[in-house]
Amino acid sequence: MPIGLITPSFIVERNENKCIQCQVCVRQCANEVHWFDEETQKVFAEDANCVNCHRCVTLCPTSTLLVRKNPLEFRENSNWREDIIRSIYLQAESGGILLAGMGNDQPYPVYWDKLLLNASQVTNPSIDPLREPMELKTFLGRKPETLTIKNGKLHSSLPPQLELEIPVMFSAMSFGSISLNAIKSLAQAAQEVGTYYNTGEGGLHRDLYAFGANTIVQVASGRFGVHPDYLNAGAAIEIKIGQGAKPGIGGHLPGQKVGKAVSETRMIPEGSDALSPAPHHDIYSIEDLRQLIFSLKEATEYTKPVSVKIAAVHNVAAIASGIARAGADIIAIDGFRGGTGATPLRIRDHVGLPIEFALAAVDSRLRQEGIRNQVSIVVAGSIRHSADVVKAIALGADAVYIASSALIALGCHMCQKCYTGKCNWGIATQEPSLVKRLNPQIGARRAANLLRAWKHEIKEMLGGMGINALESLRGNRLMLRGIGLTDRELSILGVSAAGE
Amino acid sequence: MKRVYVNPEFCLGCKLCEIHCIAAHSKHRNNVLKAFKETRFRPVSRVIVEGDNLNSFAVQCRHCDEMFCAKACITGALQKDPKTGAVAIEESRCVGCWTCVLACPFGAVFRHYGEKKYAVKCDLCGGEESDPACVKHCPNEALVLRE
Amino acid sequence: MFKEGDVRIPSGCAISGIMNTKGIAFSGEKIIQSISLMHDRSNGLGGGFAGYGIYPHFKDYYAFHLFFDNFSAKENTEMYLRQHYHVEFDEAIPTRITSSITDPPIIWRYFVKPKAERLIKSGVVDEEEFIVRSVMNVNRMIEGAYVFSSGKNMGTFKGVGYPEEIGNFFRLEEYKGYIWTAHGRFPTNTPGWWGGAHPFTLLDWSVVHNGEISSYDANRRFLQMHGYTCTLQTDTEAIIYIFDLLARRFRVPLEVAVAVVAAPFWSEIQRMDQEKKELYTALRAVYGSLLINGPFSIILASNNGIMALNDRLKLRPLTVATKNEFLFIASEEAAIREVCPMPDRVWAPRGGKPVFGLLESAFHSRDVLWQQPLAAGYSS
Repeated sequence: MPIGLITPSFIVERNENKCIQCQVCVRQCANEVHWFDEETQKVFAEDANCVNCHRCVTLCPTSTLLVRKNPLEFRENSNWREDIIRSIYLQAESGGILLAGMGNDQPYPVYWDKLLLNASQVTNPSIDPLREPMELKTFLGRKPETLTIKNGKLHSSLPPQLELEIPVMFSAMSFGSISLNAIKSLAQAAQEVGTYYNTGEGGLHRDLYAFGANTIVQVASGRFGVHPDYLNAGAAIEIKIGQGAKPGIGGHLPGQKVGKAVSETRMIPEGSDALSPAPHHDIYSIEDLRQLIFSLKEATEYTKPVSVKIAAVHNVAAIASGIARAGADIIAIDGFRGGTGATPLRIRDHVGLPIEFALAAVDSRLRQEGIRNQVSIVVAGSIRHSADVVKAIALGADAVYIASSALIALGCHMCQKCYTGKCNWGIATQEPSLVKRLNPQIGARRAANLLRAWKHEIKEMLGGMGINALESLRGNRLMLRGIGLTDRELSILGVSAAGE
Repeated sequence: MKRVYVNPEFCLGCKLCEIHCIAAHSKHRNNVLKAFKETRFRPVSRVIVEGDNLNSFAVQCRHCDEMFCAKACITGALQKDPKTGAVAIEESRCVGCWTCVLACPFGAVFRHYGEKKYAVKCDLCGGEESDPACVKHCPNEALVLRE
Repeated sequence: MFKEGDVRIPSGCAISGIMNTKGIAFSGEKIIQSISLMHDRSNGLGGGFAGYGIYPHFKDYYAFHLFFDNFSAKENTEMYLRQHYHVEFDEAIPTRITSSITDPPIIWRYFVKPKAERLIKSGVVDEEEFIVRSVMNVNRMIEGAYVFSSGKNMGTFKGVGYPEEIGNFFRLEEYKGYIWTAHGRFPTNTPGWWGGAHPFTLLDWSVVHNGEISSYDANRRFLQMHGYTCTLQTDTEAIIYIFDLLARRFRVPLEVAVAVVAAPFWSEIQRMDQEKKELYTALRAVYGSLLINGPFSIILASNNGIMALNDRLKLRPLTVATKNEFLFIASEEAAIREVCPMPDRVWAPRGGKPVFGLLESAFHSRDVLWQQPLAAGYSS
């Protein structure tokens, strides 16, 4: 075998003074980094295998382990950066597409971090959520332009709506890309807190039908696991056109991840690759989308809102307008930092738009056309904390989807190796010995806690602005100021500069 | 009575329960590092994890009503606490004959070799208020203390 | 320095309103007296009044009050008006030279009716819609001209100064009306523009308002979708457009409109019976962007009566009193007792609960307040 050119990315440091040779690390590493030498009765590490997921570090009972970036450096070069050189070595060896997990990690500007929120001082009072009601209830779905009221009664009934107690939902993650225990955790948390989780394109495992009232079922180009019971099981249906981590291509699930349960749920043979086509082959244009929307509505007797999810791409505003006019009740937009289980690295890092711009453009466009109030906008693609949520709502979103944040709550350490299927945290894996590491009771508690914590923080920020109902923040861009942005960026975002 | 139960569905086989059991019963209570590095006579674990990463479960004393260990004990060192229902070993009376080790159908009695040899088993070390060390440190809540 | 409309200026205020529910007109003296008691609630940078029933001789004509910065603006406006309207009469609004009011603009009034052919040509069938659009056209298109009152048999009088000085300047004691509202302003900077003073009006509806709404941009951007341009960037302007959109355009009963701008809390909706719950849930879901959040107390007036309303947390003061056929509303009780020392009843309305005062004659009319018949009498 010729010499391999790839050096370890990380090195595992073991403090020999503290190591008790208990071998918890050996038993817990699915990447086989740690190994116990019977002869010397000592634990050693194979650095090259380490993905820096922190599983061993977290479980070590004596805190003896440290994983650090390999200090071995290439000669400094701003153009030929280390990651670029390494990827060339990899491709020279494999001849294949580079894969990656989670979202775009490149140093593009994060516009959330360049937006600042307002608070009340003197001229109007801030509101204290500990003492006054603070309302976050949100309805997603098509709204009529006007309501007909006769004799103090509602004359026309409202189209089907999703009712959220917090404007945060768990974004689409399929059974296959993540484990059943991870989905169960999110489903139960959604039920506890009063929001929704999304099946992704992997169908609905029979254990999850119990959470139907809090489920958004997805219909993607592969149509995996789509059948009448599936469509009717959820509270809403989402047509997935694209996702932020891989605009323009379909979901890929390697055959190794298609075990018995995944195969049954997706309705495909065990061990077969589940490759969703890049487009829906019955949607080559907007009028085709309209057909699918209404086919799904017809199939579910018009009892469920239909969402259409797209990746944020250059003409997202026009596309969103078309989707609204095609009859979608909710438009979900996924920005270029959105995560995934597996995506070609170059697509993840170079295709699409920041969600902040996409949201601002879509909201403004729909308002110019006078149809903003008819559809709900849900944004995704790296909503990292409650302030991001508040900023998204102020820019014009009705609600947000979170996925990476939710997985981090379940234990994900962002090692970005989801595509290997060896997730040591039991999240992005189908290996039974790894899946069992995520106890859904713990997962649900942690995911629900995250939502509750954000809820408190959102209320505090709202109260500070003198607002006590979330609808008064929606599209209220006066509550935002930009910092370190160009005039052009400010005008796209529709916000004034800090100090103005 | 409250016993420690294992849910094999979530037992990882990491054996942290064993490590913390040892620490809890060492001279340096709950200090894993000192328990392992400095104790001359390191205690044995009162809980033992059987199986591999995929199928594993932790076993410890069931505190049976029909006590095979106590029946077999030649000195009466094993007694059931009439109040708590926990089965305990009185170390001073134990002669180290290991009959109880043989008699236990779960393999939950272990041999301790120190200055004196005697049998040891799960003593529900947390007391009435708090969880035993194994339960407290199980990273996946596979071990629970319940009725 | 930015002019009003170039920048958003929060302000605190005093408001007052007096109404004779039998429709008997009384002089503007009382309302000046009432608002002047609350001198410290304004800072001399804006004051104004609205009077109803003041133009009985021209009651079928729309009374346009305008500010002009210069005579060319006046000429341009008159050209526009004569093109679209039949102008029955016009004159300078009589004022008194006082020491405290300096540098007033040219102030003129026109009594007009839209020309029928213009109405048809514009494609707007609704006469009121035609008026609204042409007022917005003048304000937006003609540099230096500003229509600040456009209703029938009513008028607003406002400017830069303390309200009592403005009342004196406009010689309001010489007018008689059955409804008077007043506003004293405490803006947080000094725009010094007469058009920025309050009340703010649209057709015969006027609003005086105290507060700073925190939902402003959410409201404004929703209104924008329905063709309203908030040129002044003031809350008052947004509030009147919200009521106009709901009551006139969407045909929502006024009491329901109130439940949109000062929506009941979800906890309250939860306790309602099924029918009401459905209505209020739908209202909040569909018209949520019209919820007025943050502190406000407002008096909304039309030819048929007045309505007073607080935000749902009651973050601004508002007191109501009655005496015989008179209804008094003011930021402070003292401002009521100043003109009516012994009222029959005095109360502070609860947050989000409107107080209606309707003309007795209006009970038989189809167009009460906005256009919707309401339950009789005062409700609190």
